[in-house]
Amino acid sequence: MSTDQEQRTIRCLVAKVGLDGHDRGAHVIARAFRDAGFEVIYSGLHKAPDEIVQAAVQEDVDVLGISILSGAHNTLVPKILDGLREYDAFEDTLVIVGGIIPEDDRETLREAGVAEIFGPGASMEETVRFVRENAPER
Amino acid sequence: MSEGEPESGTAEPELIAELLDGKHRALARVISKIENRAPGYRDLVSRLHAHTGTADVIGITGSPGAGKSTLVDKMAATYRDRGETVGVIAIDPSSPFTGGAVLGDRIRMASNVGDMDVFFRSMSARGTLGGLSTATTDAVKAFDAFGKDKVIIETVGAGQNEVDIVSTADTVAVLVPPSSGDDVQMLKAGILEIADVLVVNKADMDGADRTVMELREMVRMRNDSPSFAGHHGAEAGYGGDDRAAGHGEADESDDWEPPVLETVAKSGEGVEAFLDTLAEHRDWLERTGRLEGKTRTRYAEEIRTLLREDTSRLVGRELDARGGLEEYVDAVMDRETDPYTVADEVLEPLRECVEEHGRGGEDGS
Repeated sequence: MSTDQEQRTIRCLVAKVGLDGHDRGAHVIARAFRDAGFEVIYSGLHKAPDEIVQAAVQEDVDVLGISILSGAHNTLVPKILDGLREYDAFEDTLVIVGGIIPEDDRETLREAGVAEIFGPGASMEETVRFVRENAPER
Repeated sequence: MSEGEPESGTAEPELIAELLDGKHRALARVISKIENRAPGYRDLVSRLHAHTGTADVIGITGSPGAGKSTLVDKMAATYRDRGETVGVIAIDPSSPFTGGAVLGDRIRMASNVGDMDVFFRSMSARGTLGGLSTATTDAVKAFDAFGKDKVIIETVGAGQNEVDIVSTADTVAVLVPPSSGDDVQMLKAGILEIADVLVVNKADMDGADRTVMELREMVRMRNDSPSFAGHHGAEAGYGGDDRAAGHGEADESDDWEPPVLETVAKSGEGVEAFLDTLAEHRDWLERTGRLEGKTRTRYAEEIRTLLREDTSRLVGRELDARGGLEEYVDAVMDRETDPYTVADEVLEPLRECVEEHGRGGEDGS
């Protein structure tokens, strides 16, 4: 019976990191997440890794989606992951990356702790489904 | 909507200890549990209560585009310069259709980058009537127990919900953008009554002077009008202190007339003076004993809300057990019974229980 009216909503942070001004993808995914019923926090452009960590920790998001098209993912993404670990937030945050990530780098990012990488051509439905299925149980 | 979640109620004492210890992740998690009404959240909040009562709670409201987020950002930075820690709760509306929301206030928090002692939390109005103000009150408690000196609640001022939320605060500032006149008109519809401080933000824009004048005039008009009981409409509404009903001259000295300030949040102009005014109001509240009155009223209201929610949940359970509301509605439609009789019937076990076990059984009815 519906006695405890728990109102669980998936919370996501959509983040743009570094000197990369291309935010169309981030906007589109933010809207898709919103329409899927998620609560979306958008970081805004040109954020430093610690800003993103601060936001992810304080907002207690289930999902952190990093959008990056600048090619600096090999340095910036691990910095964010380390920051999350520092605040004990890595274990139960699903980190996904969207953008242009060369095949060779994908494995490295996965090993660093990224759950999935969505490149050009990935559909919104696919991304939303992945988040629904993999959002951490808390 | 529980999906067979593992009992997360076990680690609670640890979570509380971590929060009191100043661990950011724990604070973030406690607020999530409060927002989600996760199993065990009530227990969490009751444990927090003993550690609360030290934070200044400030409410910021105003029409969209008034510059609330930018001002809050500058406020937080200024408090930090003064060596105080800050918690911010920013509330944004959510879609009534999907429940989804884009919470955008965080983008404006540019002055406090990397400063973990400004804890900024976005919350969405998850479409629960009244539930949001409960969640806000509880989240404020979490910040308070965590040890934040200042807690700022930021919300769009658009209706009863906002008024309720903002009544969680000790001091409420209403932001008004310059000119247009329409905004001042809008303020008449109830928002003005909750303002302890009025702020014309973007004061470097055309029309700011006029807006300031109009607001001052409105404040004065309000104070002259005999129809206003006391000066705190919101408080009086909750049966707070109706002492000033006659707006007598005797208590003129300890009356608070909402000052009208000017700020330019973008450049930080006027923010210091604004914070000083907030502090003055706080002092005034303490000096006149109104802070205590306000707090008492708030706790009374909190207890009432909880009782109302809990009883209605209890009734809901009874209703479910009887096969839900629909059958009753059918019967009412067919004129076999009426709403009053149905209510009496469903409440029967509750009434019996109160009469048998409760203390309110003596006087019947």
